[in-house]
Amino acid sequence: MTRNIMIVGVGGQGTLLTSRILGGIMLDAGYDVKLSEVHGMAQRGGSVVTFVRYGEEVAEPIVEEGQADVLIAFETLEALRYAHFLKKDGVLIVNEQRIDPITVVTGLANYPEHIIEDLEKEYTVYKMDAMEEAKKIGNAKVFNIIILGMAAKHMDFSKEAWLKIIEKTVPKKTVEINSKAFLIGYEQ
Amino acid sequence: MLGNEAIARGAYEAGVKVSAAYPGTPSTEISEYIAGYDEIYAEWSPNEKVATEVAIGASISGVRAMASMKHVGVNVASDPLYTVSYSGVGGGLVLVAADDPGLYSSQNEQDTRCVARAAQVPVLEPSDSQEAKDFVKLAYKLSEEYDTPIILRTTTRLAHSQGSVTLEEREQIEDKVYERNAGKYVMMPANAIKRHLYVEQRMKKMAEDGNHFAINKAEYKDTSIGFITSGIPYQYVKEACPNASVLKLGMVYPLPRKLIEEFASRVETLYVFEELEPVIEEQVKSWGIKVIGKELFTVQGEYSANMIRERILKETVMERKPVEVPARPPILCPGCPHRSVFSVLNKLGIHAAGDIGCYTLGAVAPLNVIDTTICMGASISTLHGMEKGKGKEYIKNWVAVIGDSTFMHTGVNSLMNMVYNQATGTVIILDNSTTGMTGHQDHAATGKTLKGEIVPAINIYKLCQAMGIEHIIEVNAFDIKELERIIKEEVERDSISVIITKSPCVLLKGNVFPYKCKVEKDRCKKCGMCLKPGCPALTKKEDGTIAIDATMCNGCGLCEQLCKFDAIVKESVK
Repeated sequence: MTRNIMIVGVGGQGTLLTSRILGGIMLDAGYDVKLSEVHGMAQRGGSVVTFVRYGEEVAEPIVEEGQADVLIAFETLEALRYAHFLKKDGVLIVNEQRIDPITVVTGLANYPEHIIEDLEKEYTVYKMDAMEEAKKIGNAKVFNIIILGMAAKHMDFSKEAWLKIIEKTVPKKTVEINSKAFLIGYEQ
Repeated sequence: MLGNEAIARGAYEAGVKVSAAYPGTPSTEISEYIAGYDEIYAEWSPNEKVATEVAIGASISGVRAMASMKHVGVNVASDPLYTVSYSGVGGGLVLVAADDPGLYSSQNEQDTRCVARAAQVPVLEPSDSQEAKDFVKLAYKLSEEYDTPIILRTTTRLAHSQGSVTLEEREQIEDKVYERNAGKYVMMPANAIKRHLYVEQRMKKMAEDGNHFAINKAEYKDTSIGFITSGIPYQYVKEACPNASVLKLGMVYPLPRKLIEEFASRVETLYVFEELEPVIEEQVKSWGIKVIGKELFTVQGEYSANMIRERILKETVMERKPVEVPARPPILCPGCPHRSVFSVLNKLGIHAAGDIGCYTLGAVAPLNVIDTTICMGASISTLHGMEKGKGKEYIKNWVAVIGDSTFMHTGVNSLMNMVYNQATGTVIILDNSTTGMTGHQDHAATGKTLKGEIVPAINIYKLCQAMGIEHIIEVNAFDIKELERIIKEEVERDSISVIITKSPCVLLKGNVFPYKCKVEKDRCKKCGMCLKPGCPALTKKEDGTIAIDATMCNGCGLCEQLCKFDAIVKESVK
């Protein structure tokens, strides 16, 4: 059975590091893994999507609408944009952070209100203001690893395996803070 | 392994000795990974034509060579490509062309297979990272066996997807001995006419032999439905219809007729599932075979398994519908020097003939400065054409804007043309010391090679001077007062001028401004001047005052310069 994970966010939020950790843990567990990400112009502050799939044998590298088991959203509007990619019983992990797109800044569009409340009506949602939590432990940048920790509970790997892959993947100096961040999300 | 990394690995294992490229999404990482192999000489060339010619030279000398580029780069390289198809190769020659269905980072959605058909060059198309590596190695064998360059066609989805790859050793390939062979390598009419005959025979033979190539593979399962497909779309077929019969083509040009005819005769309903142009479909239909293709599937964008589920299997794929949400297009980064230049042009109401790079984003709100973008280098020549069309007064509220890397790519030719043909326009070279959009690659004017060697940098100022341009002004891209004065003066001038705005890309390592900008709330008059350039670090709060997100701000100080009430201050950071 192939499992489908999506990471969505705003270019520059560190989706590539998160997907590297995800891909790493799946490979270490002996799964066939395919991963697809966005490079180039779209990365410049635009809406970015990464697909990660694992299973016995994976064909396509993307996750399609109605197919995601876990949707990890680093930003609230992006959660709303991609929520319909979730399966009926899929889970949505969302970072309660608002980043206004340029269309909102320039007054061409309005940032929707009550996004999370609306999503909760239709989907299974786990939320956290991970930026705030990350600041508490002294590094706002690790918010994405907190969110990853929340998502990790909905995948088939042990806590130890996660901590091991984090240690293997992130720069040596940041292993401690990233592990700490992961546990905040995991043990929420 | 990323598809592009697998291609690089394939080049390594195939014993490739020379690689040349110009960066272009989604092909860039191929060269970056190749650069990691000491056994391969790898370079950034100024453009794809040069890169292809470098690879051709290496091939003629007797070693295996690769040129890689994005699909529109193939246009730039098409001059040598069409003729090397005639001359053939010495050492194996592979050109990697990365198409971009869905235009993730491109100005068009062209299909390289159409170019290949016109140039009579065979095309291999892998469908995952493992095949990407394997097909590169096969391409070198075919190139030498059939005396032809080979195009390895990828797409964004293949180039930027990762899958497992089994590694092998590097093949020890003996360099071929070079022997003069003017009939083959000097493509003047009397020789070329003979080589054209060879090309026709070669393509016929490859089409025939293709019936037996292992990479053209018929998988017979349920024969009530059959697909002819290749590349990434093959994976969508496997996903949506794992039990259907599939003819997977690894070589998409020339096509194996017998194999296709046999497959068609054994399945009841036959579909061709190919992204972009109906290249396979039209050929198959021309043989009188009944297939369904573009009647059902679009020529635009990427395909998916859901397309098959919906249109062939008539399944409902989505439980829940997408919600209408505000678009989030890419934007210039906080601290980007382009924003500063564009804010001045916007203030002066000057139109810009634009070019290809991050700065193309100057075309959208709130900057709205760039009016045209066609292709690499076109900013300068289109400005020139406007002047010749409507006269020099007409372009006094126009400039051309082009990045340093794009200027070195093909802009320099256009500037020579302006000088030669007595243009009076103003060209702004946005010199951020890198190829920004593709992820910071070096070029001839940065002083560093792909392999990281420090080399003399071509001086853009002196290059313009050598062309005989009298008015060349260098200015700090963030000095907006000076920039405004210079631009006003130069657009009025009745002779050509070049303004080089200098400031390195803010994402380049070691280029962080030692400041953060901060709002002194009580001095803020809520005028909104600072918001005009559209810096994403600035937001308007509910009370109308401005907030600057310290985690996003890169401290360029553009907003501080724009604030007339000193409500924004730059604070030093350690």
